[in-house]
This record gives sequence, C-alpha cells and structure tokens, in this order.
Amino acid sequence: MDRILVGLKRVIDYNVRVQVKSDGTGVETDGVKMSINPFDEIALEEALRIKERGEANEVIAVSIGTSEAQQQLRTGLAMGADRAILVTADGYLDPLSVSRIFLSLAEKENAGLVMLGKQAIDGDNSQIAQMLAALWGRPQATFASGVTLDGDTARVVREIDAGLETVEVDLPAVISVDLRLNEPRYVKLPDIMKAKKKPLDEVALADLGIEAGPEVKELSYAPPEARQRGVMVEDVAGLVAALKDKGLA
Amino acid sequence: MAKVLIVAEHDGKTLNPSTAKCVACAASIDGAEIDIVVLAAAVGDIAAQAAEIAGVSRVLTVERAENEYPISAILAPQIAALAGDHTHVFGPSTTFGKDLMPHVAALLGVNQVSDIMSVESSHSFKRPVYAGNAIVTVEVAEGSVVVATVRVASYQAAAGGNSAAVEAASADVALPTHTRFVGLESGASDRPDLQTATSVVSGGRALGSEEDFDLIYKLADALNAGVGASRAAVDAGYCPNDMQVGQTGKIIAPDLYIAIGISGAIQHMTGIKDAGTIVAINKDEEAPIFEVADIGLVADLFKVVPELTSALS
Repeated sequence: MDRILVGLKRVIDYNVRVQVKSDGTGVETDGVKMSINPFDEIALEEALRIKERGEANEVIAVSIGTSEAQQQLRTGLAMGADRAILVTADGYLDPLSVSRIFLSLAEKENAGLVMLGKQAIDGDNSQIAQMLAALWGRPQATFASGVTLDGDTARVVREIDAGLETVEVDLPAVISVDLRLNEPRYVKLPDIMKAKKKPLDEVALADLGIEAGPEVKELSYAPPEARQRGVMVEDVAGLVAALKDKGLA
Repeated sequence: MAKVLIVAEHDGKTLNPSTAKCVACAASIDGAEIDIVVLAAAVGDIAAQAAEIAGVSRVLTVERAENEYPISAILAPQIAALAGDHTHVFGPSTTFGKDLMPHVAALLGVNQVSDIMSVESSHSFKRPVYAGNAIVTVEVAEGSVVVATVRVASYQAAAGGNSAAVEAASADVALPTHTRFVGLESGASDRPDLQTATSVVSGGRALGSEEDFDLIYKLADALNAGVGASRAAVDAGYCPNDMQVGQTGKIIAPDLYIAIGISGAIQHMTGIKDAGTIVAINKDEEAPIFEVADIGLVADLFKVVPELTSALS
C-alpha cells in the first residue's frame, strides 16, 4: 500500500473540565488547553507502525479547521507522519461535510487506508469513518482494537457490545480505532525540531469544491443536571440498611 | 405527520432490548407512526418479538442470506432503500447502531443526530456532548429526513402485548462483498447483560488484579447483577473490554449501581449518570465519585466487599 491518511482533530484536552458558557452558545475555549483527539493519536500511532513494518510508504496527517490546528499537525509530524494537510475552514463543520473532505483527499492521494479515531471527545458523534465509507463505497471497520494487513486485505478486530468481532476487509478501507489498539509514542525534542522541516500544506475548503450540509443546527448548550451528593455510611451494616430503606436489598 | 422507521438490533435469534427503547423514544414524537425493520438471514422469531412491542404499526422484514451478520456496508443500502416515505430513521446508540446509522445517513445525503436523550419536537432533540458535561439542543431542518441514534440509557423499553402486522419488504439493491465477517469472540456469561441489568456492580483499578476482581463477580452474583468496570480496570487487564462503562464504553442506567474502587473520572461518570441509586465504596474519601454517590462508604474494599456479599447473599 502506498499511502495512509490519518485524521487529527484539534479538541479540548482530555483532562480539562469542560464548562458551558453562561449564554448557552457553546463551551468555554478561551485559554483552555487544546490537544489532538486522543483516539486520533492512536490512529496515527497505528499508521506509523504499519509504515514501520514496511506495509505502507507514506503517512499523511490531515486536519480541518483554523490555522491553529497547525499545532496538532506539527505534533503529528513529530510523532512520525511524513507530511500534513490542513484544510482551512472557519467555524463549525458538520460531519457529512467533514466526510466529503476526507473523501476528496482519499481520492486525490490514492489512499490505501484512512484511519480515524472512533469518536472525537468534543462532539462525541462517532460518524466520520462510517460516513466516509458510505460516500467512498469502501469497507468500514469501526472501533478497532487489532489491525493486521495481508496484501490487499486487512483483518480488523472490533470492540463491540457483544465482545470482540473480527472482520476482513478489502483495501482501500476506512478504519476507526478504539482505545486499546496501541499506546501512542511520546514525542522527543529532536523529533519536534525535525517536524518543523516537514511539509505542511494548506488547502482552502472552498478550493475542494465541497458542498456543505444539510446541517444539524445547534440551538443551545446547557450544563447537565447535577446529581446531588447523598449520604455517607460508616460500615457494611449501615450500607445494607440504606439499601433496604430504598427497597434495593 | 411523523413516520418513524426503527432498525431492529438482534443476534440472529433474539431481538435486543435496545429496539424497544428506540420505540419508546419514537413514541415521544407527537402522533408518530412507528415501523420496525428486521434485516436477518431468518427473520421469523425476531419479527414476532418486534411485533409484540406496544406502539408499533408494522414490522417490515428483509430475509436475505447476506444479512446473517450485522455488517453496515450490507445493511445500510437496504435500510436507505426502505426509508421511503419515513420522516425519521432511528437505531440504538449501541455499537451496532453507532456503526450503522451514520452510514445510512450518508447514503441518504443527510447528517445524523447521535445519542438522542430527549425529543423536544419532531425535528429537535437534546443530546450529550463533551462526555456529558454539556447537553446541546439540536435541530434538523424541516423537510429533511431525521437519521438518528437513540441513547438507550435515557429510555425505558416500550411495553409488550402488541401484535403488529408483519410484512415482507423488498430492498432490491446490490450489496458489496468487500467486508466479510470472520468471527465473534463473545464475552457472554450467565450473568445479566450489563446494558439491561437492573443492578450493576463495577470494579476499578483498586481491585489490583484479575484474581481479586473475583470479589466483584461474587457480589454481583449475590445481587443477580451485571458486572461492569472502569477503563483503568480494563486497561490493566483485570476484565474484558466489553465490561467498560463510560464515555467510550457502555452507557447504562440500572436501578442500582455499585462502584467499587472507582475514583469517578468524568469519563466514567457519563456512563452512569442515569442510574437510579449510585453506591460508592472507596478508601479515598476525596474520590470524586462521592460527589455524586447516593450512598458512600469510605473503607478498604478487600474488607467490606466480602462482608457486603455475605450480608446480601
């Protein structure tokens, strides 16, 4: 296989406690730490391992958003991606449009695999891989916890509710990855320096000729209903009594 | 008027309770007419179970050998072809529905609403984002078909007792062969299913080993409860991945949830916030789980869990 395309989304860092803005228009992002969506990092790690095994020639990191996403792409390049593409777009983009962007790049780059996180931890949608596969007419293997390539096919172990499912797909294909696929490598300082010299191309969304939407409009954000702190008991007897009180034991 | 098509989830023989939960969600749309579509290699038993769900008008069936396993690239084109005059197409937010419904949406040229937790109007819904730290109200354009997954933990299964008409439907579309089922290593046990159990006992990293995770199984058996785990416990290899509860695992809503040795990271809490009663046992009194627990016990789990097991046996 020649090329693997990997999507890296810039999201609020995993460890940040997200706060809804008081006017309900979204969540606070001012001064908040941003990172690569953790699932996307796992997708990139897997792509790099495939390349290191000699099963792919080039790994291309792709992000969509404002120029701030260059930061995440540079991290991806430091991890080992060969080059990066930033599709510049302002504001919110719906998942179908994002999938159309990936389709356009997958075709242009003649990708053998497109690897994505199984969901982004901001919108928690879990849609892009599935939509891209539909638009591309190629296989999808979502929630992957194991990927083995064999010539023109891939065997993917999927984490599903019923257990671990194995599917075989013909390449090119779309794979979305789950948490336990691998542990992404740490970036070392010399790699960060090297990454500065790697190509990072910017393409304007308008130049890809992507038709947007139809959009699912976000009307308002609200904090979730909070659960109240309950009672503390001293021992097992107290716990059993409290459960009996609620008719649960 | 709303006309909802619900995609049945099943294992080839039995209908998954997630389907009746999707019906409950659909029924909260004013005046909705609800159809269920069963795609299987043998539809008989599954269709009969679907026909019993209260509020269902028709059960449409597509019996094809290719439908033996739930492969989205095979199911989605058939569902898109059957969507017809339906205004809504719903599936559950289980791994089955999450894998399938965005594919259906893309084939129909629309976006998809993930994880409906409440219906505000026929085209407006509430859904969780940021691991449940924010709830967003979204609106699908009038006149656009609504393709969505239903957050099953937000709904009680619709009742039984119905006898809806069962009709064979034809979805005469070409199906791809590029995706092939190889096998399923099932984590199935005799214990109640984690996603539908009325009580769930979960263990965290503090259990320390696969052997000691047995304490969780023993307590669960005393309560006839399902068994769950935190991500940390799964990552450490104490139990299988299909037991993970939280943002990236299963979202559950049992009447009773007992969290043992789980500190309560936000990502875990999002998976249990609809539980009826949350019990937390942890030796760290500062653990965030105590902020949301209805009943908390600060104690050494290795001492109190066996005590609790024998007290409840």
